[in-house]
Amino acid sequence: MPDSIQMRVTRYTPGDSAPTVADYDVPLRQDWSVLDGLNHIKDNLDGSLSYRWSCRMGICGSCGMNVQGTPKLTCGTFLSDYAPGPVRVEPLTNFPIVRDLVVDIDDFMEKLPKVKPWIVRNDEAGALIDREYLQTPEELEEYKQFSNCINCMLCYAACPVYGLDEDFIGPAAIALAERYDLDTRDRGRRERLDVLIEREGVWGCTFVGECTRVCPKHVDPAGAIQRYKLEAAKESVMAVLLPRGAL
Amino acid sequence: MSEGAAAAHDVLLVGGGAAGLRAAIAIAETNPALSVAVISKVYPMRSHTVSAEGGAAGAMAADDTLDEHAYDTVSGGDWLGDQDAIETFVQEAPRELLQLEHWGCPWSRQPNGRIAVRAFGGMKKMRTWFAADKTGFHMLHTLFQTSLKYADLRRYDEWFVTRLLVDDGRVHGVVAIELRTGRIETITAKAVVLCTGGGGKVFPYTTNANICTGDGMALAYRAGAPLKDMEFVQYHPTGLPFTGILITEATRAEGGWLLNKDGYRYLQDYDLGKPEPTPVLRSMELGPRDRLSQAFVHEVEKGRTIESPYGPVVHLDLRHLGAKLIDTKLPMVRELCLKYERIDPVKELIPVRPVVHYMMGGVSTDINGATPIEGLFAAGETACVSINGANRLGSNSLPECLVFGARAGNAAAEYASSAKPAPSVVLRQNDDEERRISQLLATDGGTEQIADIREAVQSTMEDSAGIFRSGDSLAKGIDQLAESRQRLASLKLADRTRAFNTELVAALELANLLDIAETILHSAISREESRGAHQRTDFTTRDDENFLNHALAYRDADGSPRIERLPVTITRWPPGERVYGR
Repeated sequence: MPDSIQMRVTRYTPGDSAPTVADYDVPLRQDWSVLDGLNHIKDNLDGSLSYRWSCRMGICGSCGMNVQGTPKLTCGTFLSDYAPGPVRVEPLTNFPIVRDLVVDIDDFMEKLPKVKPWIVRNDEAGALIDREYLQTPEELEEYKQFSNCINCMLCYAACPVYGLDEDFIGPAAIALAERYDLDTRDRGRRERLDVLIEREGVWGCTFVGECTRVCPKHVDPAGAIQRYKLEAAKESVMAVLLPRGAL
Repeated sequence: MSEGAAAAHDVLLVGGGAAGLRAAIAIAETNPALSVAVISKVYPMRSHTVSAEGGAAGAMAADDTLDEHAYDTVSGGDWLGDQDAIETFVQEAPRELLQLEHWGCPWSRQPNGRIAVRAFGGMKKMRTWFAADKTGFHMLHTLFQTSLKYADLRRYDEWFVTRLLVDDGRVHGVVAIELRTGRIETITAKAVVLCTGGGGKVFPYTTNANICTGDGMALAYRAGAPLKDMEFVQYHPTGLPFTGILITEATRAEGGWLLNKDGYRYLQDYDLGKPEPTPVLRSMELGPRDRLSQAFVHEVEKGRTIESPYGPVVHLDLRHLGAKLIDTKLPMVRELCLKYERIDPVKELIPVRPVVHYMMGGVSTDINGATPIEGLFAAGETACVSINGANRLGSNSLPECLVFGARAGNAAAEYASSAKPAPSVVLRQNDDEERRISQLLATDGGTEQIADIREAVQSTMEDSAGIFRSGDSLAKGIDQLAESRQRLASLKLADRTRAFNTELVAALELANLLDIAETILHSAISREESRGAHQRTDFTTRDDENFLNHALAYRDADGSPRIERLPVTITRWPPGERVYGR
């Protein structure tokens, strides 16, 4: 293994006419992640490089970037896998760039509440009952994978539909809607379907499946989208047969 | 920008982790008419709560009692915790955990659908609720997603607070940088609740995230509030050597063993009980974290640890647990080991070492989160109520965020309901901040790099205030920090732009780290005894006569800490011996 690797990193400051690329040589060590490489640059070579990171253990979802063209969590992606290099590090695709490797995720933050990612039920009326809702391990298993979404935005960066149509509500938000729909404690399925049945809901998806492939937490947004499409299709057949209020 | 405040709220929560979000929801539910905002330097779901793994304690099982949870917490904290606060805590913890269940937290379950609980270090009963080994992640996302229900809850995501607006002993809001633009803005609030987490980044090897820089503690300290019991820093006995990534205590609760280089369960040599094949509560690997980390140091001294490229390690053995248990109850541990150590715990030993994990100390508050500054509250790791005393028990910190987050939120709401708006005079402090930060950005001729000073501070702390300290090591550390402070004054910034300037943030965070580092060393040198996580080689025993009290660090006019003392509240458990494994 060579003892250094070149990182080709996107640089951009508001006001620049277009992003540029800067090359940095960083030590190549077996246990260094791409994020360790960026931190080496920031600490030793160029303090002006901006990127987000925090937990460095793949759970906070801050450090998503495109590495060699593929959306990755940089804390869990290793430089040695790209030896001898160079390795290209870019901001996540499909998002406006704020600065260098930092992207603007406002769009997701605005869409997420629309799918009501919380327990919807009306029988509690705010009063706390003194015991838990029962839920068997099998019932938990039904939605568990969807609850593992860390909002890292890799699926949005990988999604060709989101790239073309920014109104598409997108993979993570749909997976989180499914997470609550499949939870035995929830009664909000109907309300969420009303949102997802719209044009910018599940219908935008052409089932490319990239979202599921790039997910670092093994969530299956593509599967969630397919289930919603089936349900929405059933719904529209029913709507022809029955007036809406009868459902 | 300085004509007036950019925004005005009734209550401002600084920090969007478990404590901040719990506080926000509490206010939204009970006082919907109040204007509430959460300001955080990261999006709420990036907060460090996300990294908590093992679980959250709450006594609810039929064979458990609140008194037992309280006693475990009191003795685990070596009698330094305030027992009135501990009694309130254990009483409210189960209700809070149930509330999280109602909000959708995917707690692990028993076959009959009831909540499952697991053992945890220093706990005499199985009372730790868990969501596999991603408890903090699931709690945080449950809270964050639930908070989205409240459309009126205003969020300032990626805003970095640089100053509390305080006038005449009252808080009136904050000055903060909007990171995206670099604009400096004043946000006024009748009450401010600090929920910014801990400051583990003051040490070189830590489980803590990059964001854990003690911001809230430093803000309060500079504004005149005391920091309590800062000398008590918890080393978690099982971190991965290079990264410091946490391998949860739940590995040992599920039956994992700690082995030295001879494959020997060395904890049996440290008055922690006898090795049994299956876990025994309050014994051996389920002893408290302070005692386990101290035992590691003794093993190093005896030459019975294993050398690694990152210093001595011992082994955590999970092989006998089997793939099925590991995959159901400890999936993230397997994932982390495979990714960061390239080993599979199903078949191989995990190299671990003690790493800094948690600060028992923090902004001194009463049982409602109130600080001595009117209108200023704190909750979670930022605060010191104190329930954790000299050593926190694993799985007490998550429920602490909930219990005291809710209490501080409600108390802040009540205060804000009757408080007057900010006097216009405080808005001038915005100009001071604007000037200070512009100067920092514009300074030419600086020579010092952020990373160099940060590393110097971290190695000072490790050398002077590690698992064992002495008057000499602490005095030397204090001198070295003074040097670091001088170097900080001639900082060189490469980034002069305003938009998302992470170097500027790092410089301000470094100043926060340095402030809390000083309070840690000064508090530690003043405590001439050994208690819990504070072990002095020159004062090796607990001294209740002189030190059954809290250390309060105030910032003196010259910038250095001044230590005062505050009695510990004892209600029902007079100081006794900490007994584990016998």
